[in-house]
Amino acid sequence: MRRSLRILHLYPELMNLYGDRGNVLALRARCRWHGIDPRVETASLGARIDYGAYDVIVIGGGQDREQRLVSRDLAGDRGHALAAAVEDGVCLLAVCGAYQLLGKYYVTAGGETFPGVGVFDLVTEGGDGRLVGHIAVAAEGGTLAGFENHGGRTTLGPVARPLGKVLWGYGNNGRDGTEGAFYRNAFGTYLHGPLLPGNPWFADRLIALALERRYGEAELEVLDDQMDLMAHREVIRQSRLDARRGSVRQPGKETGASPR
Amino acid sequence: MSKLLIKLCRALGYAGSNLPGRVALFLYPRILARLSGQCRSGAVLVTGTNGKTTTALMLTGILNRAGLTVVHNRSGANLISGITATYLQACDWRGRMKAAIGVAEVDEASVARVVREMPVRAIVVTNFFRDQLDRFGELDHTVTLVGRGLELLGDKAWALLNADDPLVAGLAGARRGPITFYGVEADADPGEHHPAREIRYCSRCELPFRYLAVTYGHLGHYRCPGCGDGRPVPDIAVTGIWQGGAGAGSLLAVRTGRGPVELAVPLPGMYNVYNALAAVACSDALDLPWQAVEEGLAAFTASFGRMERLAVDGREVLLILVKNPAGFNEVIRILLRDGDCADVLIAINNKYADGTDVSWLWDVDFERLVAGARLDRVTVAGTRAEAMAVRLKYAGLDRGVTMCSDLGDALRVALQGPGPGGRLYVLPTYTAMLGLRDAIRRLGYARRYWEA
Repeated sequence: MRRSLRILHLYPELMNLYGDRGNVLALRARCRWHGIDPRVETASLGARIDYGAYDVIVIGGGQDREQRLVSRDLAGDRGHALAAAVEDGVCLLAVCGAYQLLGKYYVTAGGETFPGVGVFDLVTEGGDGRLVGHIAVAAEGGTLAGFENHGGRTTLGPVARPLGKVLWGYGNNGRDGTEGAFYRNAFGTYLHGPLLPGNPWFADRLIALALERRYGEAELEVLDDQMDLMAHREVIRQSRLDARRGSVRQPGKETGASPR
Repeated sequence: MSKLLIKLCRALGYAGSNLPGRVALFLYPRILARLSGQCRSGAVLVTGTNGKTTTALMLTGILNRAGLTVVHNRSGANLISGITATYLQACDWRGRMKAAIGVAEVDEASVARVVREMPVRAIVVTNFFRDQLDRFGELDHTVTLVGRGLELLGDKAWALLNADDPLVAGLAGARRGPITFYGVEADADPGEHHPAREIRYCSRCELPFRYLAVTYGHLGHYRCPGCGDGRPVPDIAVTGIWQGGAGAGSLLAVRTGRGPVELAVPLPGMYNVYNALAAVACSDALDLPWQAVEEGLAAFTASFGRMERLAVDGREVLLILVKNPAGFNEVIRILLRDGDCADVLIAINNKYADGTDVSWLWDVDFERLVAGARLDRVTVAGTRAEAMAVRLKYAGLDRGVTMCSDLGDALRVALQGPGPGGRLYVLPTYTAMLGLRDAIRRLGYARRYWEA
């Protein structure tokens, strides 16, 4: 039997600040290479969605303006339904602005509050200057490499578990050395790059989690990712250079000049 | 004092460098105001994300035809230090300017400061696209910075605004003085919908604009579904376009306040239609004779790496700068129009001037390029060559891609592709283009850019 996965790209035109659509392109291509039939759908503001019917949901980053629209859209029933789907084990990847909106709230630098869905036990507040640069993170199962560019500082609550520990870069807030968060099969992160083509092992992990939920087994062949790994290592190398140059500060030393 | 300064700067100076400008501004903060104030016809500024360099060069060509001597930062050094360096180079040893008018392309973040220093007669705003977010922060911030510059502009100075870009047209609100809107009313493609197109919102209703037609990126004919506000009617508009391929240009029909005219633009692509139109609108505001406009545009040769054609080793090298998704997607449209595009070198650097974040490559529609072009041999190069190779792999191109981290090696490899008389497309980011031009020069084919 040929396996298939239903992938939902949420708010594709609103939440795509730094090439985040690459996450969907990567999932689609890797599914095909694994012999899985990917069915990609998109949905945006006002859509009636049965989130639980999907295997993977992907949301990218956006500016304050887009976040305001999405926050409103996710207020009430739609947000509850999304949270319920996560409880049900649906895989979710939320990057940057979407990650912030899956926490409890986000207060912008301008003082406006966007209520969040509350999938993750975390809050975000706008800070002075943006946290910008290449970033490498030690996560469970491997290293994640990407590029971060965010004004919000995220603080994890007591229940939240970080996606990983910052090796070089800022992460959630530039102070406590954590990056991202996860809950069940939902993952939130500040990493653009985009994340999945830059970290093929993590893309495959999402696919495996989704297969596990739908088919009860998740065997994946090993793909030829030689080029991808070279690119991945280059990002890690540049994150180390950024940190040394001081354009990105080590965790715990956020004080001082903002990166620009 | 200033004489000494100029000598010092000459000694330090070479074109395209910010260093002499930086030193001069440190020693004598009013130097730019002092030098630019001597030009009897003042100065014209060009700002915006894409098209600054080409528009400014077109304007310079037109002004030259009109008999004016022009001081222009043609090397693309567009921060206040670079502009200062340009004026320093143009003055004599006593600090006297011979040029009648200045043309400066200005970095979006520097507009307000430059407006304060220079006797600005007109400012052209081309467009706002996502570009180098690692440097500028979010796009709305960039727009605010340019708006601040427009507020500082004198009441008699002209603002030339792109009617087809909602963010540019929206700047009109910050302006008391005269405004000319320019726009394109031909060849807008209602079906054009790029998957990663940026969206724009009505500032009053916060609703996404609805597009009746798209010319490129988010440029086109838009209207707010809420309040009905939308694209202003342009005072000067392109009403007809006849486009050739990558090696050819376009013929434009233009509606102006002085009646209809036809203009030849020797550069391909919709974004060059906009560049030419912006230059024409500005020339009109400056009251330049039409003959100068026509001749200046027709005689235009590509600026530094913007559709530049070079003969290298018996092959034609077409050098096309790529720096953000909107521009790259337009380049892809041009390549697809050529059909038999077989040999391509893509060089992606991520140094500071390029923007250090290469995530934007995923907003470029390489899927469309891979599906529609031959691409027999593709070479990828630059500090992020691997990232580019990965992008092509996910776009469906996994064979026939060669990777070279060194730009010179990459050029040698890529040149072996097309036979004698064939064509190689070279698509570099800004610093990769500098490196490639250096490599071409070492092969003995092109002069250094400030000698050209």
